[in-house]
Amino acid sequence: MSTMRELTYLEAVRECMSQEMRVNEDVFIMGEDIGLYGGAFGVTRGMLEEFGKERVRNTPISEAAIAGAAVGAAMTGMRPIVELQFSDFITIATDQIVNQAAKNRYMFGGKGKVPLVLRTPSGSGTGAAAQHSQSLEAWMAHIPGLKVIQPSTAYDAKGLLKAAIDDDNPVIFYEHKLLYRTKGHVPEESYSLPIGKADIKRSGTDVTIVATAIMVHKALQAAVELEKDGISVEIIDPRTLVPLDIETIVESVKKTGRLVVVHEAVKRGGFGGEIASLIAESEAFDYLDAPIKRLGGKSVPIPYNPVLEKAAIPQELDIIQAVKETVFRR
Amino acid sequence: MITNINVPPMITEKKLVELYHQMWLIRFFDEKVDEFFAKGLIHGTTHLCVGQEASAAGAIAVLEDRDKITSTHRGHGHCIAKGAEANRMMAELFGRVTGYCRGKGGSMHIADVDKGNLGANGIVGGGIPIAVGSALTSQMKKLGYVTMCFFGDGATNEGSFHEAVNMAAIWNLPVVFVCENNQYGMSGPVKDMVKVANIADRAAAYGIPGKVVDGNDIFAMMNVTHEAVERARRGEGPTLIEAKTYRWKGHSKSDAKKYRTRDEEMDWRNNRDPIERMKRVLISEGIVSEQEAAQLEADARQEIENAVKFAEESPMPPLEILEEDVYA
Repeated sequence: MSTMRELTYLEAVRECMSQEMRVNEDVFIMGEDIGLYGGAFGVTRGMLEEFGKERVRNTPISEAAIAGAAVGAAMTGMRPIVELQFSDFITIATDQIVNQAAKNRYMFGGKGKVPLVLRTPSGSGTGAAAQHSQSLEAWMAHIPGLKVIQPSTAYDAKGLLKAAIDDDNPVIFYEHKLLYRTKGHVPEESYSLPIGKADIKRSGTDVTIVATAIMVHKALQAAVELEKDGISVEIIDPRTLVPLDIETIVESVKKTGRLVVVHEAVKRGGFGGEIASLIAESEAFDYLDAPIKRLGGKSVPIPYNPVLEKAAIPQELDIIQAVKETVFRR
Repeated sequence: MITNINVPPMITEKKLVELYHQMWLIRFFDEKVDEFFAKGLIHGTTHLCVGQEASAAGAIAVLEDRDKITSTHRGHGHCIAKGAEANRMMAELFGRVTGYCRGKGGSMHIADVDKGNLGANGIVGGGIPIAVGSALTSQMKKLGYVTMCFFGDGATNEGSFHEAVNMAAIWNLPVVFVCENNQYGMSGPVKDMVKVANIADRAAAYGIPGKVVDGNDIFAMMNVTHEAVERARRGEGPTLIEAKTYRWKGHSKSDAKKYRTRDEEMDWRNNRDPIERMKRVLISEGIVSEQEAAQLEADARQEIENAVKFAEESPMPPLEILEEDVYA
C-alpha cells in the first residue's frame, strides 16, 4: 500500500521537487554541484537526467550571484529553488536574501513578489567543523519578509517544501544533515502542510518540550526514558519559526505548566529565547509551575573532534536532566 | 530625416526631441530634490545624477517597453528614462502615499515593476545579480526581453559584480551591463580603487565584449548600447559598457567634496555638459530651433514644478499601512 510507503528525508525532499517541476514549468533548481554530482548530500541525484541542465542548473561557486539570480528570476515570473550547499554559506549570500529578497515587496510599496525557496543543509554531527556545521536559523527568523522552515521528519519535509514552493514569499528551508537518512512514512501523492502550524509530535501532561529539527528526535528519545520515571512529556515541533504557531505552544503550556525549549543552535540569541519570551508574555505565564528552561548549543564554534562536537550541543541526557529539574523543582 | 548623425535605426527625429526634453526632466528633477533637501523639506538622503543624464536617457532609449532595467542608489534618471512619472517619484521623495512605494521606499528604492524597472538599490552592486536573474527568466521562458543593468564604478569592486557578470557570461544571458563611471565611489577616486585603465577592461576576465563610451554623448551612448542590446537579444550574451561621466553634485546630501577640485568640476560642467552637447547637435542638424529647444527646457521645468505641487498636495500615508506588504 502506497500510504504505508517509507522514504528517507532526503528522498522526500527530492520527490517533492520533482513532482512540482513536473507540473509547473516555472519551478527550477539552481545550486553548486547539483547536476551530475547530485548535490553535496545527494538530494538532487537523478534530477538532471529527468529535467535537463536548464532546470537543474549547475552554478559556479558564487553564492551571492546564485541567491541574487534567484531573486531576479523570482521577481520576473519564475519560482526558483536554490540549493545552498551548506547553510553556513548563507553568510556569502546574505545581502541578496536579507537586503533584497526580504525587503523588495515592502520597499516597492507592495509591488512585485519574490517567490523563491532557499534549501540548505544545516547542523553539526558530520565532523565538518566550524564552517560547515552551524545552525543559523535565528538570523533569518529575525528578518521581516522571510519565512523560515525547519522540518524534522520526511513527511513534514515533503509537505512543507511543497507549501514553500507554492508560497509567494522568500522561504528559507533548513534541512538538518543528520536527518537526511532518517526514514518515515511519506505519501506518494503531492501534498502540502500549512506554513505556520506546529505539530504535536508526542502528547503528554507533565511538561512541554518545544524542540526543533534534530532535537525533536532527541526529545522523543528522552521522553521514552522519562516515561519510565513516570513523567509524561508533550513534544511540540514548531516546524516553522516564521510564522510561528505560538497558540499551540501556549495551549500546551497551560496544560502542563512547564516548558523546556531545546534547539541545536547556540543558546545565546537563539530562537528559544523568542519562544520563552512569547510564553512569558502570554496567558500561559500564569500557569507556569517552574521557570522556563532553555537548552541550546554552547557558545563555541562547532569543534572537529567528535567528542567535543557532541558536547557542544544538547544531547538526550541533557534534555532528561532539564526536564527533571523542571518537574521536580519545589 | 536624420542624415549627418549616426543613431540606431529606431531613433526618429521625434524620439531625439523627446530625449532632449527627458534629459531636462532628469536634471530639473534632481536639482529640485537638491533644493528641497537644502531647505529641509525632504528628509533622509538622496543621490543625484545631475551631469549624468545622457547615460541614463541614451541607454534606455534603445530598449523596448518589454525590456527591463535594474538601477542604483543614483537612479532617478533611470526611472524617468524608463517611463516613470515625475509626479509619483517626487511624491515618493516627499514620503507621500501617492509615491511609487507609498512613501515606504524613498529615493533609494523607487521601482516601477509594471514598467520593467526592477528597482533602484541601496546596496552598491546589489542589483547586478538581480538583473542576471531577470535575464535568466527571459532566456528560460523564451520571452525575448533584455535586461539592462546599471551600476557605478564603485560597484565593480564588489564581489556581486564579478560573480554575476561571470554567471551571465557562461550562460549567454540577455543582459547589458552599463557601468556609469562618474569618477568617484563616494570619496574614492576610481584611479585609486581600480588598477586597470578602464573598467570595461574587466570584461576580458569573463570572455565578453567590453566597450568604453563617452557617457556624456547621448548619441554615442545610444549606438553602443543598441549594439549590445541587439547582441543580447540574438542570444549571444552580455556586454560590459563603461560610460565615462561625472556627477556634478556631491555623493549625497552631506558631501564637502574635499576629494576633488572646483576646477575639475567646472571643466565637466562647462565643456562636457551632456544636455548642452545634444542641443548643439539638434540645432546644427535643424531638428530643433533655438526657440524650440528653449521651449522644451521650459516645459520640463514646468513639469517638475507640477510634480512638486502634486507631491505637496498628496496625503501622508496612513499609519495602518505600516505593517502591510511585508509578505505577499
